[in-house]
Amino acid sequence: MTVTTTSAGPATGTFTARLLAGLPADGRVLDIGGHLRVHGLLPEPRAHRRGEPSVIAELEAAGLTGRGGGGYPLAAKIRAVRSASGLTRRPVVVVNGAESEPASRKDSVLLAKAPHLVLDGAQVVADAVGAREIIVWLHRGPGGGPSGARTAVERAVAERDDRGMVRQPVRVVDGPARYVAGEASALARHLSGGGARPQTTPPRVSERGVGGRPTLVSNVETLAHAALIARHGADWFHQVGTPEEPGTLLITVFGAVRSPGVLEAAAGTTLGAVVHAVGALTAPPAAVLVGGYAGGWLRPTEAWPVPYSRAGLRSVGLAPGVGLVGVLPADRCVVVETARLVGWLAGESAGQCGPCLNGLPALAVGLRQLAGEVGRAARATELPARLARWAGMVDGRGACHHPDGVAALVRSLLSHFADDVAAHADGRPCDAARTVPYLGYLPLPAPDPVARLDGALWR
Amino acid sequence: MALNADATGQWSGPVGPRLVVDWIKCEAHGLCAELLPEVVSLDDWGYPIIRGPVPPHLEFLANRAKAACPVLALRLTRTRTR
Repeated sequence: MTVTTTSAGPATGTFTARLLAGLPADGRVLDIGGHLRVHGLLPEPRAHRRGEPSVIAELEAAGLTGRGGGGYPLAAKIRAVRSASGLTRRPVVVVNGAESEPASRKDSVLLAKAPHLVLDGAQVVADAVGAREIIVWLHRGPGGGPSGARTAVERAVAERDDRGMVRQPVRVVDGPARYVAGEASALARHLSGGGARPQTTPPRVSERGVGGRPTLVSNVETLAHAALIARHGADWFHQVGTPEEPGTLLITVFGAVRSPGVLEAAAGTTLGAVVHAVGALTAPPAAVLVGGYAGGWLRPTEAWPVPYSRAGLRSVGLAPGVGLVGVLPADRCVVVETARLVGWLAGESAGQCGPCLNGLPALAVGLRQLAGEVGRAARATELPARLARWAGMVDGRGACHHPDGVAALVRSLLSHFADDVAAHADGRPCDAARTVPYLGYLPLPAPDPVARLDGALWR
Repeated sequence: MALNADATGQWSGPVGPRLVVDWIKCEAHGLCAELLPEVVSLDDWGYPIIRGPVPPHLEFLANRAKAACPVLALRLTRTRTR
């Protein structure tokens, strides 16, 4: 296959290793000795400022926002938990390492390579909210076995214990490997003895979460950044990135690139530079997926100059989601791939909310008709309008954001690939879509038949 | 159509509280749309679409819709939540 370069517009980008600094070259974990050599000791919680631990103002000045997809400011989350807590209502900290996005690896890489940074961050926020318990929430591995990250986390906790560094006991929990089980209210419900399905808010988990207690749920990458901000301060955090979005972020790059994997880039690094950093393309690109499976598609030429930042992605109708850039090669079809993703995402619905329960399968079937997989639909030329209508009917209409994400993905296809969509609707699918057999490109977890049979789906 | 409605039938006068659906409870009985068609319509599957805030003169009807819901899936709020 010919190799086409990214012909990226402005290939501007900085790749500063902060979270991934000092990792052993042989790929092993940064153990406690190495961690302390690279990052130094976590400072003791310092004096209070304006009636709260000073680290909260530091996190606020740093402008650190959640890296699990929500993008909520960590300092605001900490304050919400503090105001809901009391002497008889001790808060809980949950380190969210579920990483439900099937193609994302950033959180598991961070937990496997630099677990102490994550545990430091958990300790920082536990001290800030006055929690006496830390729970690390992971997804069970394939076949219901232990999660891949569990060993690394437990070994790290043991190392800290040996050195007398454990201030709050840490418990590791492997939850059900379902897409929505990483959502805050879902994991709080599971940790309270129920099934890991999202709950109606309010109350938010910050008010009433695990066991009814105020609960701070934060993504592992967010906490690792917090551990560094506690050490070096907000000004240091601002030294890379953009003024509006300081710092670095972890991005999983996969698909038609030479060396797929996880990299750390300054916020605002262009997608072209991100792809270039993993050795450019191995095939001409058809489309670029950004932010996750519930993220959005861009045309390659349009994608390369876009900065990976909230503002940059908003300008093309997308959001950062979890850091993810996937390159679809030209021998695959963006319509067929979207149909596959939405079909899978529809199956991952908790099935609790009507619009999601009905709308996601409707979207999935409509997309399969568009992809030409289930025969010509009646009035097929109306399919794009029907898909747009259903996207509007699921967007924002659930207890969690699962349907919103699916709507975003479908809309990105309809707006950025309008020509391809119209051609498919007209009965003129692209060559790639007509390939027999069509081999699905984007990885999807295999359904677990045992979990489905024994009704243990959410436990 | 209400006097202060715009071309789409959406109320454009002073605004009152907002109807919020508990999506987990809602079972698409559709009474809310019967009682308050000015604000609530139904999607393709019978679940309510809240088109905007409740106009002040319809607040008592909104309260009736809320009370009539067989599964108590509606609430009225003045703060912006989902």
